[in-house]
Amino acid sequence: MITRIRAFLAFWYDFVVGDDWRVAVAVVVALALTFGATRAGVPAWWILPVAVAVMLPVSLWRVARKSAKRASESVAAVEPPREPR
Amino acid sequence: MNSGALFTAVFLACAVEAVEALTIVLAAGTARDWRSAGMGVVSALLVLTAVVAVFGSALSVIPLGGLRLVVGGLLLIFGLQWLRKAVLRASGYKALHDEDAIFRTELAAAQAAPTRRRGAVRDWYAFTLSFKGVLLEGLEVAFIALTFGSNQHDLPLAAIAALSAVVVVAGAGFAVRYPLARLPENTMKFVVGVMLTAFGVFWGSEGAGAHWPGSDAALLVLVPAVALFALALVGLLRRGVATPSTAGGES
Repeated sequence: MITRIRAFLAFWYDFVVGDDWRVAVAVVVALALTFGATRAGVPAWWILPVAVAVMLPVSLWRVARKSAKRASESVAAVEPPREPR
Repeated sequence: MNSGALFTAVFLACAVEAVEALTIVLAAGTARDWRSAGMGVVSALLVLTAVVAVFGSALSVIPLGGLRLVVGGLLLIFGLQWLRKAVLRASGYKALHDEDAIFRTELAAAQAAPTRRRGAVRDWYAFTLSFKGVLLEGLEVAFIALTFGSNQHDLPLAAIAALSAVVVVAGAGFAVRYPLARLPENTMKFVVGVMLTAFGVFWGSEGAGAHWPGSDAALLVLVPAVALFALALVGLLRRGVATPSTAGGES
């Protein structure tokens, strides 16, 4: 039963949140900021576009950095040891 | 947002999901048993109808502001997931979505599995494979149609767009009995990611109480702005990738 509940929750987590949970958190925070700003009478239409403009490159950059790290590790693994002088 | 834009957005998004579901059903039918695969499709459609009936009626009683906030937020998270994957694929950090390869993999897995009968279902494997595929992809179709339709106060048009996409893709797929590998799926996913993100930003902000300069006309700026931004990110990432499609950033 617990396994089924876990699988059910995992499905919805994957369906809604996806690969990078930070993106989902950033969206929720940006929505809360927008709500707070409009309550305070401040124009807030720009908050979500700015959040997307920051969050998307950050999320992509994390993948690129991991990929570069993995590539340099695999190069180091196949490189022959240097001869002693 | 006019009716044409609503129809196009829902149609494109649902067509992508329909192609994925079709690939799985065709693999189950070709490798195993068409009757069991068909029963899986019908069962999944019945479950989907029940889900849509419950959620559809629930959406109509929620106030529009709250609905736009929740739906806009979900749509934005959803859209950013799509866009993120599309940018990674276009820049070579993630392998391109190849329905042909997926079909071959599913076919091989289906052929290797043992046959087991359960009740009226001759082949349980073919049944569950197509049931899962149709239910999962169908949930995404239903979510897109319900959110777009309810936000634009035109649920019937969104439903027609979603059904048209499913009928067109299913008809074309079954006519050739092969996955629609020639469909530019990666490009379509990029376009859908852009649209979901732009609409998510627009509705999410409005739901939280913000007012867009120019009201609905702001979408005419938002959609191309998101597209250009995503294309710029593809360009930037391509500079950093050593070997396109083999960089192995994400599977």
